[in-house]
Formats: sequence, C-alpha cells, structure tokens
Amino acid sequence: MEKKPMEQQPKRPMMGFGRGPIGMGGKPEKPRHFKKTMITVLKYLRPYWLYMGFVALCAIISTSFAIASPKVLGNMTDEIINGLFSPKGMNFDNIAVIGFWLIGLYAISAIFTYIQSWIMTSISQKITYKFRRDISEKIARLPLRYFDRHENGDIVSHITNDVETISQNLNQSMTQLITSVVMIIGILIMMLSISWQLTLIAILILPTSMIIITAIVKRSQRYYTKQQAALGEIDGHIDEMFSNHAIVKTFNGEDRAIKTFDHINKKLHNSGWKSQFWSGLMMPIMQFISNMGYVAVAVVGGWLAINGKVTIGDIQAFIQYMSQFTQPISQTANIANVLQATAAAAERIFDFLDANEEKIEKDREEIDPESVKGEVTFDKVYFGYDKDQPIIKDFTIQIKPKQNVAIVGPTGAGKTTIVNLLMRFYDINSGSIKIDGVDTNTINRHDVRQLFGMVLQDTWLFQGTIAENIAYGKPNATHEEIVDAAKAAHVDHLINTLPKGYNTIISETADSISAGEKQLLTIARAILAGAPMLILDEATSSVDTRTELLIQSAMDKLSHGRTSFVIAHRLSTIRNADVILVMRDGNIIEHGTHQGLLDKNGYYAELYNSQFSHS
Amino acid sequence: MRQLVKYFKPYVFLLIILILFVWGQSFVNLSLPDYMSKIITNGIVKKDLTAVWSNGIAMLLLTLLGGVFTIFVGFLAARISAGYTLHLREAVFKKVEGFSLNEFNSFSSSSLITRSTNDMQQIQNVMAMVLRMALLGPFMGVGAIIKAYQLAPSMTWIMAGAIGVMVSLIIMLFIVVIPKFTIIQKLVDKLSLQTREMLTGVRVIRAYNNDETQEAKFNKTNLESTKLNIFVNRVMTLMMPIMTLVMGLASLGVVWLGAYLINDGSMQVGSLFALMQYVMQTIFAFLMISMMFIMVPRAAVSGRRINEVLATEPTIAEPQSPVHLPDKIAGLIEFNKVDFGYEGSEQPVLSNITFSALPGQMTAIIGGTGSGKSTILNLIPRLYDVSDGSISIDGIDIRKLPQAELHGHIGYIPQKASLFSGTVGSNIAYGQPDAEDKELEKAAETAQAKEFIKNLPDGMDNPISQAGSNISGGQKQRLSIARALAKKPEIYLFDDSFSALDFKTDSALRTALEKEISKSTLIIVAQRISTIMHADKIVVLDEGKIVGSGTHRELLKQSSVYREIAESQLSERELREEN
Repeated sequence: MEKKPMEQQPKRPMMGFGRGPIGMGGKPEKPRHFKKTMITVLKYLRPYWLYMGFVALCAIISTSFAIASPKVLGNMTDEIINGLFSPKGMNFDNIAVIGFWLIGLYAISAIFTYIQSWIMTSISQKITYKFRRDISEKIARLPLRYFDRHENGDIVSHITNDVETISQNLNQSMTQLITSVVMIIGILIMMLSISWQLTLIAILILPTSMIIITAIVKRSQRYYTKQQAALGEIDGHIDEMFSNHAIVKTFNGEDRAIKTFDHINKKLHNSGWKSQFWSGLMMPIMQFISNMGYVAVAVVGGWLAINGKVTIGDIQAFIQYMSQFTQPISQTANIANVLQATAAAAERIFDFLDANEEKIEKDREEIDPESVKGEVTFDKVYFGYDKDQPIIKDFTIQIKPKQNVAIVGPTGAGKTTIVNLLMRFYDINSGSIKIDGVDTNTINRHDVRQLFGMVLQDTWLFQGTIAENIAYGKPNATHEEIVDAAKAAHVDHLINTLPKGYNTIISETADSISAGEKQLLTIARAILAGAPMLILDEATSSVDTRTELLIQSAMDKLSHGRTSFVIAHRLSTIRNADVILVMRDGNIIEHGTHQGLLDKNGYYAELYNSQFSHS
Repeated sequence: MRQLVKYFKPYVFLLIILILFVWGQSFVNLSLPDYMSKIITNGIVKKDLTAVWSNGIAMLLLTLLGGVFTIFVGFLAARISAGYTLHLREAVFKKVEGFSLNEFNSFSSSSLITRSTNDMQQIQNVMAMVLRMALLGPFMGVGAIIKAYQLAPSMTWIMAGAIGVMVSLIIMLFIVVIPKFTIIQKLVDKLSLQTREMLTGVRVIRAYNNDETQEAKFNKTNLESTKLNIFVNRVMTLMMPIMTLVMGLASLGVVWLGAYLINDGSMQVGSLFALMQYVMQTIFAFLMISMMFIMVPRAAVSGRRINEVLATEPTIAEPQSPVHLPDKIAGLIEFNKVDFGYEGSEQPVLSNITFSALPGQMTAIIGGTGSGKSTILNLIPRLYDVSDGSISIDGIDIRKLPQAELHGHIGYIPQKASLFSGTVGSNIAYGQPDAEDKELEKAAETAQAKEFIKNLPDGMDNPISQAGSNISGGQKQRLSIARALAKKPEIYLFDDSFSALDFKTDSALRTALEKEISKSTLIIVAQRISTIMHADKIVVLDEGKIVGSGTHRELLKQSSVYREIAESQLSERELREEN
C-alpha cells in the first residue's frame, strides 16, 4: 500500500534508548498539555477512586507505624541503660513488653504495605488492560486514511511501551507520593521531638548534598548524552555494514568500514567511561555526606547526652531517622519527572484515541450479495487524499456485469486508489460510485465490502493454521469447503506436502511457505468467501514462473463470470480485458479497450510500445 | 570464553589495584561503627567530652579516606569496563568484516548485529556494576560477620537468621517468578504481533469484515497477560515489606539479646550501636551478592555469544601464494564443472555447472525460484566458494587471486538495492572513492538516474538516509547500478536488478548499458523474459542444473522449461513473431 508521507510523525529514538549505566536516565520527554492530560488520566481512573483512597489510607498507616518503630527501639535501649545504672538491675519485663510492641509495629506496617501494593497492582493492571482494549477497538473504528498516514510502529508502541509506562508509573508514583510525604512529615516531627539542634544538622545536610548532586548530575548528563549519541552511531554503522556485507566486500569497503568503526568506537569509549565515572560518583559522595552527618550527630548528640538533654536511645533513633530521610526526599524530587513521563505517554495514547473515526452508518440500503449482478458505475467521481487536491477528476465510466477491468500504469501511479474507492476504504469527494444502480455511499460499509473478494499482492495472512486462514471470510466453513477452495486455487497439493497439512501454523518467521504460495492461499480465501465481484492484484517479480502460472490459472478461474478489477502487470491480462483504466500521477487519464487505446496513440500506446521497443 | 579472557589480560593489573581499593573501602566502612561504639561507651556513658571529640574527628578522617577509595574504585571500574569493551568491540567488528557469506548465513546478519551491539553493551554494563558495587559485597559480608563475632559471638545467630530468611525468600521468589517472566515476555511479543497484524492487514480485515474476530483474539491475549502480570506483581511486591520486616526484627533482636549480654557484663553499651550497623551491612552485602547471581549469568550468555563470533574462522581465506592479474583484463569467465552446496545441507544448490561468459557479450541466466541462479553470481566474487570444480577469470582460478584484486574487476548489482547513509555522490563513488565528479555524473546518466538526481533538492550532494529509505525502490536500484558503473570494471553481474524498474526505464537503461559497456562481460540474472530475450547467450537453470543454453530463438525450440516460462510471459503473437 502506498504511504502518504504528508504527516510524518516525529520519530522517537528507538536504538540505544534505555541503556547505559543503571540509575541514569536521559531527560524525560515533556508532554504538550500536562494539566489537561493528567485530568483525562484521572477521569480514566474514576472507577478506582474508592480503591485508591483505601490504598492511600493503607500507605499512611504502614508509614506511620514504620516511623514510630525507631523511637520505640530507642526506648528499649534507654531501658537497658537505665537498668545498667539503677541498683535494681535490668527490668527484663519492661524490655519484653517493648519488644512485643515493636514486633507488633513491624508486623502491622508490613501487612499494610502489602495490602496497599496488592490493591495497587490490580488497579494498574486493570488500567493497562483497559488502555490496550480501547486502543485495539479504536483501530477497528479508524478510517484507512489514518493508517496510510501514520507509522504502524507508532501504534504498536502505544500498545506496548506507552501503556507499560503509564501503568508502571501509576503503580509506583501513586504510592510513593503518599508514603514519601507522610515519611518526610513524620520523620521531621519525630526528629524535632528528640532535639531541635540535631534536627538542624540533619536539615543542613540536605541542601549541601542537593547542590553537590545537581553539579554532578549536570556533568554526567552531558557525557551520558554524548555516550548515547555515540552508541546510536556505532549501532547504526554496525547495522549498515553487516546488513550490506556482500556489497562492502565486492566493493572492497572493509578497510574503510573498519576505519569509520574505530573512529566512532574511540568516541564511544571516551564519553562512555566518563559518563560511567561521573554517574558512579553520585553514590560515594552521597554516602560521604551522610557519613559526615552521622559523625556530626554522634558528636553533637554525645555532647547533648552528657548534658542530659537527650538519651542514648534518642541518638540511636535519630541516626536511624537520618538514614531514612534522604530516600523519600529524592523520591519526591523525582516524582515531577515521573509524572511528566506518564503524561507524555498518556498524551500520545489519548491523541490516538481521539483521532477522527469513521462515521457510524444507520438506516442504510440493504443489499443482498446473492442477487448482485455486478454492474459498477463511476459517475462524475472526484477524489483526492487531500480534500482540496483532487487527483481523480470528473471520472465517469460504466462497467457491465461480468466484465474484466484492467488497471495499468507505472509504479507509483496510484493504482491502489481504485481499490480504496471501490471498497470504501476512502470516501469520494463528490460524484457517486454505484453498484447495480445503488450508490455505495448509501450502503453500509460492511455490506459494500462483502460484495468484493480481494487478492492483494501484499499477501496478508495471520498467525494461525492454513485452514483458519482460508476460512477467514467464512468462519463457519466445513473442512470439505476449505479443501475444495484450496483445490480450486491449486494449493491443495502443496498443503498436503507440509508435515501438518491444513493444520500448519503460518507465522511471520517460518519461511516454509513462499511468497507465491501465500498468494495462492489468499486466492483460496477469496474463492471460499464467494463474493460476487473481485479485486485482484497481479504478482510481479517475487514469484517464480511455475507458481506464477498456477496463480494465473487460479485467478482466471476466480474471475470468470464475475465483475473483476485487476491491477495488471501481465500483458495477456491487459489485452484480454474488457476495459483498461490507464493511471498516471493518481488520475485515470485514459480508458478503453486495448486496441482502442493503441489506436488513440496516447499514454497507453507509449507505455505499451516502450516494453518491446528494444531491438 | 577463552577469547574473552584473552582480551582481558591487559587489565589484570588494574583489576588487582581495584580490588585493593575495594578492600580499603570495606575496611573503612567496617571501622566506623567501632568509633561510634567508643563515643558511646567511653564518651557519653563516662561523660567524657574529649573522648567524644577525638573519636568524632577520627571518624571524619576515616570517612574522607573511604570517600577517596570509593572514587578510585569508580574510576578504575569505568576505565576497565569501557577499555575492555573498546578492544572487544573492535576485535569483533574486524572479525566479522573478514567473514564470508557462509559465516553470515550460519549466524544470520541480525544475530551478528545484536551480538556486536546489545550483547557488547550488556557486558560493559554488568562489568561496571560488578566492579563498582558487587565486588564490595563479599568483603563487607565476611568482614561484618567477623567483627560481630568478635564483639558478641551469639549475635552472629541473628545475622545468620536474617540472611537465611532473605536468601530463601529471594530463591523462592525467583523459582516462582522467573519462569513466569519468560511467559510474560512471550505475551508482550504476542500483543505486539497481533497489533501489527491488525495494522498491516487492515485492508484485508475490513474487506472480510473481520474486525470483531481480530479484536476478540487480541482481547484474549490482553486478558491473559493482565492476569499473569497481576500474579507476578503480587508475588514480587512481597519482597519489600518482608525485607523491611526482617531488618526491623534483626535490629530488635540485637538490642533485646544485647540487654542480657550487657547485664552479664560481657558486652559494652556502645557495642549495641556497632552491632546494629554490622547486621545491616551484612544484609546489604548479601543483597549485592544475590544481585550478582542474577546479573552475571545474563552477561555470561552475552559473553558466550560474542565468544562464538571471535572463535569462528572465516571459511574463505586469502591465497597462500597469490597470482596477480594485469591492470586491464579481458574478463572471460569460465565455470568448469562447478558444484555448490551450503554448509551443512545435503541438497546441492548447483551441480555440474559448466559455461563461459565472453567479453563483449551478454550472458543471461534464467530459471525459477530456488533454481540457483543468484548463487551462480555470488560465486564469482567469492562471496561463497565452490564445493567442487572451479571458476576462472582469463584462465586463472579465482581462488588464486587476492580478494581485493578480484573484487576490483567486478561490478556487482544485487537484487535488493542497498545504499549507505551519506550522499547520492558518496554512494555512486563507493567502489571508486577517488573518482572525479564527471565520472560519477556519467555513471548516473547511463544508469538513468541523472534525471531524478537533478530533481532532488541538493542533486549529487543530496543526503541518503540509512538503507536509502528516503528515495524510492526504483531510484535506489538505479543508484546501485551507477555505483557499479563508476568502478568501470570489466565484469558486470546483474542479479535481477531490473525488476524494481518499470518497463520504460528498464528498456532505456538496457539501451544505454549496451552502448556504454559494450566491451565488458555482462552476466544478467532475470525473471522477465523481455529483459534478456536479446542476450547473446541464455543459460536456463532448473533445480541447480543447466537444462538448456543458447539464444532465445534456439531455446524456444529446444528447451521445454524455457518455453514454459516464455509462454507465461509473452503473448502468442510475440512468440510467433520470434519464431
């Protein structure tokens, strides 16, 4: 099918993305309308609002209990120290009471954490499911125009990557946001309750580490970007050289290829180790700063303890709080990025889901495929892929039942346009196409399509058995019917030579079936569907001559007694056609019989003569 | 793995230094808790502020030292892993450039690409991680246990318990979950396959009104994937709460057990603090070690794949004592009883092929798919070597010639035109990098490419994107022909190179070629009879054997296979005219 490159979507980098040192991502993509998209996401989540409230509650409970535990453990230490200095000795009963309390705290916190992630998992998975279902249903409702103008890869990436991004981020950031905020507030309160002086130390440490880390990240980001660029370049070079190995060899290009490779490889090495080194600095420096805080708390805490302002248990609790403090803060700092990536992915999906659909058709003329005679009339048809640039202008022709129509023209002349219009894959701008006198615009699209059997050169088969593929247009066909159709298409013999016969699975990768044989299967499929009219696309070069003979004979059998439109490459088909439509630059510039067109000495005559002009 | 180890040798010394630094790092990390415990025991409990200060300063200095060690470890890890992959990458690329198509077939070119890109990167990443982080694990784990044992032997039981629970949890999770991950990956592939199917088949699906069936199929996979994901995630999220629980209980255990030990007088109060640290350090060490157990096997798979490439020797090698051709050759090609079969396949592709292609003549090869006609062309530039018999140019066996010299006399135009990223000009000049602009233009003109190049925004300097995706198939084919013409070789091999062209361009091109390269040897493989019916000699192949040879007219009379092909493509009138 011809792709219209008018609305090229900006491509996202596919290669080299998401690799590199762990823990260092590139900059997140930015959505165009953050707020609007997030509101739409929230609407999508509406059925789960209640559950999410409950998740939030669980997160608050589990975090609160987690925050309480260091303080309680500190009490235990104090109890020990008190016992050490009191004449009564240690009170093991008190210690045991605190111990059991703590076990309770830990257990409850763990249980609520798990309940929360249990629920959140099913929410995010159900959303993934719904997004995917909506996208797949949307595919069925979009007009062909959409697919001709967009890359298939983009749509596949909505279903896989974008949906995955949303569900994972929702799952993570939702609960993280809540726990982080509760953690920060809770820990601050606990710290303050122990000592404001120590809290001051802990808080002063934060900006110091933030500043240093920002400086490092900036630096490492620079090398990381360079590294990713070099990585993309080297992957591209390898891909190019390995895929064209025969050319590289026969044109003596090996040494040049190696030279280029060495050059890129050095670049990659240079940026690679620097990027790795700088991003690796983050951890030790953060650890160093937190160790400094640890020392400061030990010293200042010691001084406070000697003065009786805090207990040893307090210092112990404080050190635990400090170590838990940085994680929620860096998580909240990162949440903006996560939300932005989520919004960017969601925006792409919503753009897709909001694309214009085919109009729903109601109250349409009924047409019975059984009684259709097959008279096709084009009446003053205007059509253009862009509404204001018609390529077919004022085209009128009447095709009688059972006539054979050949469509000819050079590559790129827009021969598939006729298929698009007959099948109502595209609607015409003005004029009408009539079948047995009924305007196809007044018939339901599905009913129009039922009237045509279609065999395209692009032989689409789905992953499934051969039998299922043949029965694609008539799912309730019996096995005998399937075999009869295969016999009529000269493919029964071939199928029987396969080890699993009609149950052989056809897949993208298994190359047990050649291109020509695939076309025979699509002919069998059309034969079984038994539509009153036909659209055929003759094979060109990829088919070997013997199979081509079989295809020809099967196509002739199929088109006999049916109105048929053939995108023709073979001269015999063209010459034997009742009507020839000659296409050039999208328009139908001539039509008539072979002899009539030759006598006219126009474009067709030129086209025809050029083939045998060679002496 | 022998090849991989070979390339690591220059880094052994750096690795030893790195290990020393890692040891220093763990030494510092394990000493800090000692000082903390001294601050408590000697300072706070005894109300001695100078002890607090002196120990505090010692801690600070140690921390600084540890930081420096860590930075050195990071530096060395980055240098080693990046440097190692630099050399390994280079070695693999050079190796592959020397491969013949035999090796490309047995690996498949896409596999060779992933081996030198993804697998290589995988090794670099894992190596950096292991050197920087995971190596510390064993040092820390063992050290912390020893330290704890010195303070209070009974505490090691708490550590053992915590580690035992964690390790068995991890093992259990992975036994349950890892197999499911493979299934999930398959389902993801299936989802994208089914989406792709819906998109590529959109016309057929709609023609047969099968949107709903297609959707139902997709939905089934979708549901399956959702259910499995819920299960896996629910198991995986067990990890976090249980880990927190274990760590909490371990600290509690230390303090609780510590109460009894302190009461006995067998332990100092300050040691409580140190022990709590040691427990945490041991747990983290074991987490790092188990991480290594997950990562290293994956990298090992990549390593094995790269090793396979490096261990493969190309089957087509340069001759031991090469014979040289004169600068200008006649270009007589002779096949003498040539047999050919792909490695490991029993069915020969070609058997007993004998024919000659004369200079100044056009020799055409025709036959059905799988008849071996493209293979004949591939044998001439030694993309493959014959299994038996010989091929000679001007009477010299091609296996005696240096490959670069042989290739210099051949202009090869493959069936699928493939271009390189660069410009139109750089592509035409690919076989003759020092060609002058005028020569390139002349080649483009003969290849019928002049017209469309003129219409490109930048003409000869117009950029060509990778694989030539920004120009049409017919244009690519013409540039690929111009590329061969610019080399001005004595021998041209056209592998069905006209099929992407429409009839008009096809015939114009043939007329131009005949004028320009009338002295060269032309071998053309074709599907269309009209392309080759005027050849000086037509060789008809069927299932790897020559079943006829002669002119069009002779073959129509003598060869039934040829007649069959001709009848399917030409009209009766044309057949009659020819007779």
